Amino acid sequence: MTQAGLDYAWPHRDLLGLEDLSAQDIRFLLKTAHGFEDVSTRSIKKVPALRGRVVVNLFFEDSTRTRSSFTLAASRLSADILELTGKGSSVSKGETLTDTARNIEAMGVDLIVCRHAQSGAAKHLAHAINCSVINAGDGQHEHPTQGLLDIYTLCKRWNLMDTMDLTGKSVAIVGDIAHSRVARSNIHGLQKLGAKVILVGPPTLCPGTFRSLGCEVSHDLDDVLPRIDAINMLRIQFERMTSQFFPSVREYATLFGLTGQRIKKARPELLVMHPGPINRGVELDAAVADGPQSTILEQVTHGLAVRMAAMFLCLNAKNRE
Amino acid sequence: MSTMTTLADSSKIASLVSELAGQINTAISANESTHPWAIVGIRSRGDLLAGRISEQLDSSVIEERLGVLDITLYRDDLSEITHQPVVRTTEIPFDIDGMNIVLVDDVLMSGRSIRAALQSLMDLGRPRRIWLAVLVDRGGRELPISADFVAVDLKSQQLDSDTIIDVHLTPLDEQDCITTHPKQKGPTK
Repeated sequence: MTQAGLDYAWPHRDLLGLEDLSAQDIRFLLKTAHGFEDVSTRSIKKVPALRGRVVVNLFFEDSTRTRSSFTLAASRLSADILELTGKGSSVSKGETLTDTARNIEAMGVDLIVCRHAQSGAAKHLAHAINCSVINAGDGQHEHPTQGLLDIYTLCKRWNLMDTMDLTGKSVAIVGDIAHSRVARSNIHGLQKLGAKVILVGPPTLCPGTFRSLGCEVSHDLDDVLPRIDAINMLRIQFERMTSQFFPSVREYATLFGLTGQRIKKARPELLVMHPGPINRGVELDAAVADGPQSTILEQVTHGLAVRMAAMFLCLNAKNRE
Repeated sequence: MSTMTTLADSSKIASLVSELAGQINTAISANESTHPWAIVGIRSRGDLLAGRISEQLDSSVIEERLGVLDITLYRDDLSEITHQPVVRTTEIPFDIDGMNIVLVDDVLMSGRSIRAALQSLMDLGRPRRIWLAVLVDRGGRELPISADFVAVDLKSQQLDSDTIIDVHLTPLDEQDCITTHPKQKGPTK
């Protein structure tokens, strides 16, 4: 073999979190995603790569974007897809997660895409069953495909698709870091590719303990804004907050919301990301969310390519075992 | 490994490319020009070959229509192969509907790559006609596929399936050449 890199093989049958991946794994997955991107723009939006495979979407939490993205990604790869939700299934009759998954697996399933409110649920599942597992969000732990599509979006906007080396770039993640699986996946992924990560939020939602992950922690958005290349504005997850973490939504918006006025303190080329769904007027102003610096809709588009790549590589790795 | 022989060096390859381009130019002028022409190479050496051929084609007919096809997702052995398939981009920045497409690959053997490429092209649109140009036809077909333009035809030599023909092209490889060597014996057939 004369071509460099051909001796590399994607080693993971499951995608549980970016913490488990090497920089080389992340770059290989994103390069593979680049090859999948054009499938969504042609007249026949389908390739036969996973023909005859069965993918199950097993979602125990509400989701629109991620779930439909996985469904569409699977169908563009010609896989069959089965949709299951926690509500209205045997789970509400008291069946355990493992039992549910084993029963689904017994139907001859190749891949389970799982979202669950419990951190570690995907890993638990991966140990319990033989088919591949992709984590579509587990509690406050990780949401690896979101982290990957965020990094993919940055690499594309920065013209770094060749190297995917983010050395010298600074990315701020703002908001409810403590409850956020998106933040954890981004922290691991961005740092592995060389970027500096700055976490910003009120001390109750952005505690200093995150410094142990190698991040800078700040409680002052205006101080951070002028020195970053991209900012990822997280949604305030009211559904995950069991007590009061800040005095009022209005105060939070005043201190940590990104408005058309505040963004003027940043570099003009600053990229604004958001994993969706947006609380308009809280973490993002309409003017910023819909402005030229916003990558929000690109992130959704890239999510498809990244999820196609993740399914393709995990199933392929299982195949090679 | 020790029995590698060179079938063509870089100057020979240059003349083989010119020969292929000549055959294609003849076909272009013999066919009415109501339907536009385009050239599409299969990764990862057919694309380099297509680039070189296109420089010698009638530019008023072919214009800038040079595309690259990655067939990984269309392979029929994806569920069997034991190595890592590498997915790269397909870049065909023009509408292929109604076109004469010259599909280019380096070596034609079983015909399975070409089958995958044909299916991939059909998913991109409906060309008027697809022609096939290969640098080497080494024989050994497993599907009813034949090339329209061939520079080196080894079909009559009836090579056995253990004889590998490799085309090396810069910049992917160190130098331009065509070599042949026996297949390395591995644990599986």
